[in-house]
Amino acid sequence: MSTTGASLAADAADTVTEQPPVRRRGRRGRARDALLGYALIAPALVVFGAFVFYPFARNLYLGMYRTPPFPGLPKRYAAFDQYERILRSPEFLGSIRTTVLFVLYTVPPGIFLGILMAVLAHQRLRGIAIFRTLFSSTLATSTAVASVIFFTLLNPQVGLLTHYLGRDGKPSLLQEPRWALIAVAAVTVWQNLGLSFILMSAGLGAVPDELLEAAEIDGAGFWRRFRHVVVPMLSPMIFFAAVVGSIQSFQAFGQIDLLTQGGPLRATNLLVYATYDAVFRQNNEGKAAVLSVALFVITLLLTLVQLKVLERRVTYER
Amino acid sequence: MSNTTVDPIPNHMTAQRPGAAVSLDRVTKRFDTADAVSALSLEIAEREFLVLLGPSGCGKSTALRLLAGLEYPDEGTIRIDGVDVTDLEAKARDIAMVFQNYALYPHMTVRRNIEFPLRNRRVPAKERKELVDRTVDALALTDLLDRKPAQLSGGQRQRVALARALVRRPAAFLMDEPLSNLDAKLRVQMRAELIALQRRLETTVVYVTHDQVEAMTMGERIAIMDHGVLQQVGTPTEVYGRPANAFVAGFVGSPPMNLLTAHVDRDGPGATVSLDGARVTLPVGLAELPAGDVLIGIRPEDAAIEPDAALRAEVTVVEELGHERQVVCRTPSAGSVVVRLATDGPVPRLGETVGIVAAPSALHLFDAASGDRIGP
Repeated sequence: MSTTGASLAADAADTVTEQPPVRRRGRRGRARDALLGYALIAPALVVFGAFVFYPFARNLYLGMYRTPPFPGLPKRYAAFDQYERILRSPEFLGSIRTTVLFVLYTVPPGIFLGILMAVLAHQRLRGIAIFRTLFSSTLATSTAVASVIFFTLLNPQVGLLTHYLGRDGKPSLLQEPRWALIAVAAVTVWQNLGLSFILMSAGLGAVPDELLEAAEIDGAGFWRRFRHVVVPMLSPMIFFAAVVGSIQSFQAFGQIDLLTQGGPLRATNLLVYATYDAVFRQNNEGKAAVLSVALFVITLLLTLVQLKVLERRVTYER
Repeated sequence: MSNTTVDPIPNHMTAQRPGAAVSLDRVTKRFDTADAVSALSLEIAEREFLVLLGPSGCGKSTALRLLAGLEYPDEGTIRIDGVDVTDLEAKARDIAMVFQNYALYPHMTVRRNIEFPLRNRRVPAKERKELVDRTVDALALTDLLDRKPAQLSGGQRQRVALARALVRRPAAFLMDEPLSNLDAKLRVQMRAELIALQRRLETTVVYVTHDQVEAMTMGERIAIMDHGVLQQVGTPTEVYGRPANAFVAGFVGSPPMNLLTAHVDRDGPGATVSLDGARVTLPVGLAELPAGDVLIGIRPEDAAIEPDAALRAEVTVVEELGHERQVVCRTPSAGSVVVRLATDGPVPRLGETVGIVAAPSALHLFDAASGDRIGP
């Protein structure tokens, strides 16, 4: 790595360009610049303050008060005890477990199918553009539309999927504790497939043809080319899709609300749904605040991991 | 194979099997409706260094890709070592290729890059290591084995690409403008290294370039292509000394041959040939001349300036190159003439009208319509 540093330094020395002349200004001039700078960011700061920073602080604070069992009674200050109690509760741990499972059920299959479809659509065939459009079309559907489609497909009486899965007359998969999470994950994978396809297509398009040709001449068959050239070249995109997909899945709500309401037997009680449930069904604001802080921390960690890795990532030079 | 690993010859590579003969027989490749390569027939001998030369879009790269198996011909037969490989996949042809942009695998270290062809062929680890070690030794890459391509200079990447091609002892090497991304100094150095390597390994090389200097200095024979059609095959001396047509005459040589349009006058008792009014003595009998006009070719070094010569021209550019002087003159209607002069003579003045002469035996004649060479 030190050699890279050296060669970079050498490059920099080679390409020293003329700097624009430094404007010399007095203290008053600099103060005026600073003032202008603050004035320019002020509108954004106000919007962020009102809708992000203040609610966030308020939420942290809300989590420190225990919500009374009946409305009208005073809130009780519990400081971080409430955080500890809720974060150790079986309900929260169960919800985290379900959410992690949901991420596992949605992210790897989504990426795998995205790569598969991208490879298929990358073939030079007549009319392939039609497939590219079809493959990316789920991007244009909303969670509500996707949920309704699958709700119908899984309907015990008229659902096509129910029929083809040989479950005629049995309850919907969405009502089976063993299958509900997988069914909701399938809806999510389907809905995110368009994005995954587009990301993987872009990644695949960026693999230089001559690299694949070189591999072909070097004696690599289709699978070895895929495994040793395409996948490594796609890896930055796969990583990106994995992080973004994980965050999305941690935040999944619409499909749960529409299809299962967290049931059956909390089998689909994902973190965001549990938060919603806490505030709107259990009227427990304090608990909801704690849960949303937990979600924030998880998302923050994922983002940090991504930034860290992206920072270190080798930019492949051609 | 493992026998060669205990070869007592200091340079193991001389023990490598010699390159195979490669042949193309009336090979045609069409893209849409245009012929990228048109009925190309070419015999490349064992251990020959053949250069495919031509301007961009002439079909030379397509010809190379056909040999590699990256494209399949619409017509014709390709043979390597006498075996018909026309329909074989690239990986089954036992050839290696060096790409213009090197096409190194950016995520693999130098060692992994060089090993890749061996791993694909399931060469056992021990043998693989020995083969890699010898190859990197020969190309002075030993210190770079753990680097990634992005950490290498252009010349080093070039050598890694060569090593990857060399390591598995292919029947033939195909090279697609491998030096064009290097700076001028390194290019000259690598040219010599490549030739030395080819001689030492006794391998067959098909080398594509658009640079005629590279072609002249490296090729044992040069095949010149234009618009998908082979124009001439020959040694550098043959191609330079006796170009088969006006295209080759104008493409090979730096500066290229001067081509002047001359008029054949058949009115009198015998025909006469005139160049801007000056009568020309030709190296061929007048009977051999075609019905129309002819192109007269003069190499810049064969032309000279004489104040009183019949062909008049105005001096438009004088370039001092240190070892010689190049003078560009414009004739009234026949075209421009570049003359190479020694630096010890008088310097022609810009705008001056001078006379240009050349020995009749140094003239080349081409049919103005077809461009084909006339006479010996």
